[in-house]
Amino acid sequence: MPANFMPTAPEYFRVLPEMLLVVVATLIMVLEPLTSKTSKRALGWAALAGLVAALIPAAMGELAPGAAFSGMVVIDGFAVFFRVLVIAAGIVVVLMSGSYLRREEAESGEYYALLLYSVAGQCIMAAAGELIVVFIGLEISSIASYVLAGYLRRAKLGNEASAKYFLLGSFATAFLLYGIALIYGATGTTSLQGIHNALARPHSAPSAMLAGAAAALMFVGLAFKVSAAPFQIWAPDVYQGAPAPVSAFLAAGPKAAAFAVLIRVYMTAFGSVGANWTGIVAASALLTMVVGNFAALVQSNVKRMLGYSSIAHAGYVMVAVASHSVTGTAAAMFYLAAYVFMNAGAFAVVAHFSRAGEQFVEIDDFAGLGWRQPGTAAMFSIFLLSLIGVPLTGGFFGKFYIFKAALDANLVWLTVIGLLTSAVAAYYYLRLLVVMYMKEPGDAIQNLPPLAAGTRTALWISAAFTLVIGIFPSLVLNYAIAYAHLGK
Amino acid sequence: MNLLDAVLFIPLAGFFLLLFVPREREAAIRRTALVVSLVAFVASLVLLARFNRAEAGFQFVANLPWIGQPAIRFYTGIDGVSLWLVLLTTLLTPIGVLISWRSIDRRVKEFFALFLLMEFGLVGVFVSLDMFLFYVFWEVSLVPMYFLIGVWGHERRIYAAVKFFLYTMAGSVLMLSALIYLYNRTGTLDYSVLLQMRASGRLVFDRVEEIVLFLGFFIAFAIKVPLFPLHTWLPDAHAEAPTAGSVMLASVMLKMGCYGLVRFCLPLFPGASRDLAPSIAILAIIGILYGALVALVQPNMKKLVAYTSVSHLGFVVLGIFTFTELGMNGAVYQMLNHGVSTGALFVLVGYLYERRHSLEISDYGGVATVAPNLSAIFLITALASMGLPMLNNFVGEYLVLQGAAQASFRWAVSAAIGVIFAACYMLWLYQRVFFGETRPEVAAHMPDLGRREWAAVLPLVVLMLWMGTLTQSFLPPITKSSAAILDTTKVGVSFDVHRHPLADPRPPGSGLAGRQEVARAR
Repeated sequence: MPANFMPTAPEYFRVLPEMLLVVVATLIMVLEPLTSKTSKRALGWAALAGLVAALIPAAMGELAPGAAFSGMVVIDGFAVFFRVLVIAAGIVVVLMSGSYLRREEAESGEYYALLLYSVAGQCIMAAAGELIVVFIGLEISSIASYVLAGYLRRAKLGNEASAKYFLLGSFATAFLLYGIALIYGATGTTSLQGIHNALARPHSAPSAMLAGAAAALMFVGLAFKVSAAPFQIWAPDVYQGAPAPVSAFLAAGPKAAAFAVLIRVYMTAFGSVGANWTGIVAASALLTMVVGNFAALVQSNVKRMLGYSSIAHAGYVMVAVASHSVTGTAAAMFYLAAYVFMNAGAFAVVAHFSRAGEQFVEIDDFAGLGWRQPGTAAMFSIFLLSLIGVPLTGGFFGKFYIFKAALDANLVWLTVIGLLTSAVAAYYYLRLLVVMYMKEPGDAIQNLPPLAAGTRTALWISAAFTLVIGIFPSLVLNYAIAYAHLGK
Repeated sequence: MNLLDAVLFIPLAGFFLLLFVPREREAAIRRTALVVSLVAFVASLVLLARFNRAEAGFQFVANLPWIGQPAIRFYTGIDGVSLWLVLLTTLLTPIGVLISWRSIDRRVKEFFALFLLMEFGLVGVFVSLDMFLFYVFWEVSLVPMYFLIGVWGHERRIYAAVKFFLYTMAGSVLMLSALIYLYNRTGTLDYSVLLQMRASGRLVFDRVEEIVLFLGFFIAFAIKVPLFPLHTWLPDAHAEAPTAGSVMLASVMLKMGCYGLVRFCLPLFPGASRDLAPSIAILAIIGILYGALVALVQPNMKKLVAYTSVSHLGFVVLGIFTFTELGMNGAVYQMLNHGVSTGALFVLVGYLYERRHSLEISDYGGVATVAPNLSAIFLITALASMGLPMLNNFVGEYLVLQGAAQASFRWAVSAAIGVIFAACYMLWLYQRVFFGETRPEVAAHMPDLGRREWAAVLPLVVLMLWMGTLTQSFLPPITKSSAAILDTTKVGVSFDVHRHPLADPRPPGSGLAGRQEVARAR
């Protein structure tokens, strides 16, 4: 630790988004008891303002790239990308939350504050330059999201989701911590660059077994967070049980941030020993795609189906990680950007459609939506087609680029099987299209309220983004390619 | 913007235009769709007039950067093969709009919007010269068709729509894998560049690699064609689709697969194409005979016509894989013929359905007495479809059989049997529907052709006669371009000079060794 501990102005700027988020979140907590029951909506606006305010310095992060706080936080293009992504995901989720919470009569400051804390944690994860900060970011993000999953206290499934998520999540975090402890023991440092240097030292290289065990344990912890098989069991239950906007959030921000950490740790700290872990990641990717896609086939609950689908999509990103290349990292970045929006959009439609107490979340309930609310259904179709991977949507180009990276890395079998499972996936997404447009309207479609303004905005943002990066992928891809050189 | 891209984007513009027409104004929606599709058709006629028939290469080329990294370009152009397929698409779209005028009475706006979107996708497939772009259009055309079948189809429409989508999707992902592999190998998906690399020997595949890549593309195309035994989605999709959907599906969409074979499989993977040609030809012949025999026993008219497609497209595939100029010309000509005559058959079956609300052959009989014009037109179409001389299919089938005879006489004989079967199922169908006792319920619901109905079917009948007699209006550009394509398949392939090169292009077992010899000679 250097003697002069005072951070400089650029260092403050580098953590400005996190600071803003935490300040606004705390402010919301303070204001919460002071606002009347009917004016909670203002707190939602405050959260939105906080996120937008944080988005600006996050997007400008490239103006002052570099480390802060003795290398604990590293702002590079990769961090900027993921910070912008998780904050944008937060904005979309806040937009769709307001009407949902008012419908459930549960709008309050805590919800928004927890959301902001969680986003702040994800920002820290994206920018972490060493493992203790990774752990802190992960805990901030996770603990807030455990609470959010059970936010509707009276919902049984929500409580179950929260408890499961908390217990299994804590367990996974413990694995991560063990891993960190072991790697610290092996190399004497928790800095990612330091670990990289220690592993690359020709003479006094640390014990391979110790480092391997550390990498494996950390993989367990992170694979849980991204819901990669065989650590995915929690995901369907949690996505089904949590309130729909929270499910949208869980599938977006925490997942993207966990992937950011996974990629950064394995590409930087363990980048030089790639041959030792790519096989395991590839196997996990394969298993994840197969389990996610095949299990989703038989679901009748939309939220649960989207839960399995989010597992499958984690599998695609794992394919990109397994290719262990700059292209792979860029592909993962692009795919996560596309995924966050298409998935959040899909959950937003579910949140809107489910109505009070989430009565209508069966796939068959959506019968006739295509003709009752053509706009909503059209946007839902865009998200579903993107999840299938039909061209001119972000999901297609992301998939194309991921499997391109995989073939570059000679993962031929992984590519072919992965693409075939994605053809299987078409079936369960099509089921929703079928009921929306081809089945006669049922009871569930009666009394469907019009789209709330916030949800509509969230849908428009997500749909526009999905199409724009599908037609002009360079907008995001060029950035991703430029900053995917981690540890190189 | 060049004229070809205008033809491509007019339907897309029409799609967006229709989104802004209020749902209640159905007449305006129909008229808008018709006008847009006619404008696209007229534009494509100008394309035809300006097309230089002496040139074998691509014309009306547009080559713009699209995605920088990976290097993917918006690269479009047409040659003598794709020219006619574009025209076929732009001709059949207004016809499809006309025949849907009254028969589509609910969700009118969505129907016509999707119809135009589909035209955009189909034209795009035929003009794309970047393989990524080709894939994009390939999939884009799939989505509207899925909705057309699933929303406006007959009773088992959902089953048919999902089956159609999944079959195509399964083929597509294989094509996508092959496409990505090709890109990683070469750094480009630009068709011309790939051909140059291939011709100059900068791109050489080893044997296994080439066969696997070939199969990746081939299976996707074979599903779409459809080639036996991958045809099982077709009878369902054709039978359940609304009339206009069946027309576009049979006339244009199946040609996407044939076109893909001609455009990509042969020139890029000539070695594998030639190695596997005997097996593929046998599958094609099985398809010809099997399709015809199954058609013979169908009680449902639409299914019957659907199975005839399996049979007719067997001729196309057979023609392509004879590797003879005649066979290739015949195959391309047959694609157009099938588009015109089977399109017309579906239109006419649709007319019968609108009147009698049944597709069962047994519900008809004696239609000729009450609707003589309809019957006459149907007769011409049926005769064309079974390959009567002076009508269009005869020319294509003759050329294919001639080419097949040059490649292997046994192929020609087996395939020719299919022509006989064609006469059986068509004449028997005609006899059961149009002749015999006129049942009262037929007589009551069988007005003759109306004006709009004439307008939709007459162009097709004229084309049947025109394409059957004045083949020189159509064939020269096809010959030019298909000869060029055939030339590309000769890159690196050895020929036995003592025999007629077309008689048996490759003595058994000479494949790889021969190619290597030629490569060395370079």
